Amino acid sequence: MERTEAELIAAVLKGNTASFEPLVQKYSPRVFATARRYARRESEIEDIAQEVWLKTFKKLGSFRGEAPFEHWLMRLTVRTCYDFLRRHQRNRESAFSDLTEPENDWLERFVTQPEAVPENADAARLLVARVLAGLSPPARLIITLLEIEDRSVKEIAALTGWSVPLVKVRAFRARAEMRKILTKLPKHKYL
Amino acid sequence: MDLAELQRKLIAAARADTPADGVPYAFEKRIMALLPSRATTNNLVLWAHGLWRAAASSVAIALMLGVWVFFNPASGANASDLSQNFENTLLAAVDQNIQTQ
Repeated sequence: MERTEAELIAAVLKGNTASFEPLVQKYSPRVFATARRYARRESEIEDIAQEVWLKTFKKLGSFRGEAPFEHWLMRLTVRTCYDFLRRHQRNRESAFSDLTEPENDWLERFVTQPEAVPENADAARLLVARVLAGLSPPARLIITLLEIEDRSVKEIAALTGWSVPLVKVRAFRARAEMRKILTKLPKHKYL
Repeated sequence: MDLAELQRKLIAAARADTPADGVPYAFEKRIMALLPSRATTNNLVLWAHGLWRAAASSVAIALMLGVWVFFNPASGANASDLSQNFENTLLAAVDQNIQTQ
C-alpha cells in the first residue's frame, strides 16, 4: 500500500532515511522546472535541485504540516533559486552586445510591424532570456513570479518571505529596470 | 520603437515558453547517497513550539481562573478567615517560641 506524504515525512523524522526517496521522486519535476526559470546550464540546474533536496532533508523537522508539503517545498525552491541568482549576479550578461541574426530580424520586424511579429518565435525567447539575464536578482525573481508565472503579490510574499509592500516596491523597480535594459538596444537600428 | 509594447511581447514570449520538468536519470539515488544518516530536528524550533503551547495553556488557565473569581467573589467573612489563618500559620513558630519562654 502506498504511504501518504505525512507518513513518509514522519518516518524520515524517526530516522528512516529511505522514506525520503519517494518524496524526491514525486516532486523533483517541479523543482527542476522552477530551477530552469532561473538558470540556463543543466549543471547549474542540477546543483540548485540538489541544494533544494539537501535543505529539505535538513529542515524537515521544521515542517509543521499546516500547509501542503508541496507549498513548503516550493518556498524552499524559490528561495534557493534566489540565493543562486545572488551568488551569480557578477556574471550578469550585457543584454544586447551580440544579437544573433534571427533576433535582429525579429526586432526589425517589430519596428516596422509591432503587431505582426509572433510572440512564440525562438528569437523572442532568446531575447527575453537576454533581458532576464541582465536584471538584478530581486528584479528577475519578481518579473518571473509576477509577470511570467502570473502569481499574485500575496503569493509572491509567501514564496519569498518578503512583505507585501516590499513585493510591490520591488515589482515597480523591476519593471523600470526591465525598461532600462530595453533602452540599451542598438539605438541607431531600433530606437 | 514602442518599448512598452516590446516589453509586453517579450513577457508573452516568456510565458509561452514553459520550462521542461525533466529530471536526470537516477537523480533521486544521487540525493539519497548525499543525505546524512538522519534528519536532524531543529532544537530551536522544537523549543519555540513548546513555548507557544505553554503560553497558550497559561492564558487559558488565567482566563478560567479570572471567570471563576468574577462569578464567585469571596464573601467578606471567608476572606478575613483566610487572611487570619494565613497569618496564624506564618507566625506559628514565633508564637510557639513566645509561649515556651
